[in-house]
Amino acid sequence: MQAKPSVTLFPTCLVDAVAPETGLATARVLEERGFRIEVPEDSTCCGQPAWNAGHAGAAAKVARTTLRALADTAGAIVVPSGSCATMMRVFWPELFEIEGSRSEQLLAADVAPRVEELSAFLSVEREQRRRTPADATATVYHRSCHMLRELGIVDAPEKVLAQVATDLRHSEATGKCCGFGGMFSVKLPEVSTSMADEVLDAVAATGATRVVGCDVSCLMHMESRARRRDMDLVFAHLAEVLDQDGRA
Amino acid sequence: MSGTHAMDESTLRERMALAVADSRLRSSLHDATSTLADRKREAYGQIENPERLRTAARWAKSQILSRLPEVLDRLATNLEMAGATVHWATDDAEARRVVTGIAAQHGVRKVVKSKSMLSEEIGLNAALEQTGIEVTETDLGEWIIQIAGEAPSHIIVPAVHKDRIQVRDALQTVADVKLSDAPEELAAFARATLRRRFLEADMGISGVNFGVAETGTLVLVTNEGNGRMSTTVPPVHVALLGMERVVESWDQLDIMLALLTRAATGQAITTYVSAITGPRRRESHGPDEVHVVVVDNGRTEILGTEFTEMLACVRCGACLNACPVYAVTGGHAYGWVYPGPMGAVLTPLLARSEAAGEIPNASSLCGACWEACPVGIPLQDMLLSLRRRHAENSSNAERLGWAAWAHVWAHPASYRASLRASSIGSKLIDPGRIPGLPRRWAEGREVPDVAPKSFRRMWKERGQ
Repeated sequence: MQAKPSVTLFPTCLVDAVAPETGLATARVLEERGFRIEVPEDSTCCGQPAWNAGHAGAAAKVARTTLRALADTAGAIVVPSGSCATMMRVFWPELFEIEGSRSEQLLAADVAPRVEELSAFLSVEREQRRRTPADATATVYHRSCHMLRELGIVDAPEKVLAQVATDLRHSEATGKCCGFGGMFSVKLPEVSTSMADEVLDAVAATGATRVVGCDVSCLMHMESRARRRDMDLVFAHLAEVLDQDGRA
Repeated sequence: MSGTHAMDESTLRERMALAVADSRLRSSLHDATSTLADRKREAYGQIENPERLRTAARWAKSQILSRLPEVLDRLATNLEMAGATVHWATDDAEARRVVTGIAAQHGVRKVVKSKSMLSEEIGLNAALEQTGIEVTETDLGEWIIQIAGEAPSHIIVPAVHKDRIQVRDALQTVADVKLSDAPEELAAFARATLRRRFLEADMGISGVNFGVAETGTLVLVTNEGNGRMSTTVPPVHVALLGMERVVESWDQLDIMLALLTRAATGQAITTYVSAITGPRRRESHGPDEVHVVVVDNGRTEILGTEFTEMLACVRCGACLNACPVYAVTGGHAYGWVYPGPMGAVLTPLLARSEAAGEIPNASSLCGACWEACPVGIPLQDMLLSLRRRHAENSSNAERLGWAAWAHVWAHPASYRASLRASSIGSKLIDPGRIPGLPRRWAEGREVPDVAPKSFRRMWKERGQ
């Protein structure tokens, strides 16, 4: 019997801290598709918050812990967050160029190309299962910025989502930033919430009741704002939608 | 830099918080930026391979910038061959002196101006007015804000922040008759008033969209005809040219023009594209003298650095229209002359002010600017790089905060302990009441709960 292929799941710090269910859903979705999951015990965070704030030294200090933990793995490293995947795939080589040793630069050159954002991984890596879409919740998919523009992942998440969800709606604000941006959200909080409102109002205008995304940080930000505004919207990671369908 | 700017008197957050709270401003901005962005999209949809054009423009501009002194020499030589006088200004003060000097020489009392962001950058209007000269901006939007005593809030649409009632109110202050808020009536009033000013002016001042080196030609891109009036009716024409705003050939101009007008206003070509090669020939119409002031003002210092490509900017404003921050704040909140993403890059590079260092924070680094830029300037990468530069001088509190964070999260055990601690902590105290960053979050948003068990603990407990 053929051994199950193995993938590494890097859960990200945010999933670890505030959205563990998203992490478990990601694991189940991957397992259901025939993968064996490894979660490197000693990975922490990709360093993105400090990097985006301009503190490359602090970012490198944290990122190298995760880099070393991931360097011990082989094959794809699946990340349920577009912006963390961007940090690792696109910005780690630059970060370690600025702040790292030669050996870290070599490790980053090995690890970075193995990093795969979840939806992109699901859309190309496995034969898609034939199933009848059964989830009829009116949904807007939120395209998060780094995933869209730095990784160039445009249609993959919606294609994967369409395998299970029947009512996908187009928001006028598609491709607009939700205003999170890490430290940006607390450095300019009034601007940040106004940006969230532009996105949320456009979602509400479609009549959708659910926002699905591939970035826990953007979802968390929009949800935090929507709850403050008492909006009738639920926020779900793509993995959770796929997982629910799988278990139904 | 002349005079004080908003950024010297308040923080970025204060200015931006005020701007987003202005619902009238928000509504004007939302309509204008989304309309302009839509028009750009449509215009780009009509060209065959916009990405190839963008690459060609980026390449052309990098070639020009790699030997800018040579290209400028050639431009200057050909300008003088065509009968123009070339002046070089190393900074804003020298640029003002040159222009006020030309005005004094000709006994100028009245000046008409065609819109020029460079003239805003060097603070020209105030300098001219100080010598007793009457200055009239003749671009309608620019005239409106001149009357209102404001600065442009957009580099292409200077009065974008005003709705038509506010426009009427501004124009009413200089009108003898009662004006309605009908756009046609307001435009007719402006046209009649400005026409008199053109005819009375002793000198016309304009910016330059492109200087074409191979023929010594100044190219102006306008829609209202005021550019052509300002540069042909008065006896003296002074053109302000940013030293990077040059192309070598008409072939390059062709590429740049095709992108500029489409990116700026969604037009295949603007109503007027004026190409000026020297003063009038003996029998023809036009000014007796053409003076070209080539302004450096910090640009040489950018050349050859990681920000060189910023000098490829064609000032189309597409990044402003695409930027989700600009769309809710408008331009004034940035605090200097250039707003939006291009401004957030240029301000710390050009404005000689300590306060300029925080302007690159006015971005979520979403990259919409880079996507919109017709010449592909990686604006978000530059913003990040400027943040790194600023972080070196950032407050102790911020640096210590990041150092402490890094210390804890660099070790898996202390990282895990910190998650447990914050989970327990968030049950004991409402994070929204912790001063500083948590409260800043909580003012407009609920604080997400830290999970009682981290993913890693749950994963471990689940077993494999």
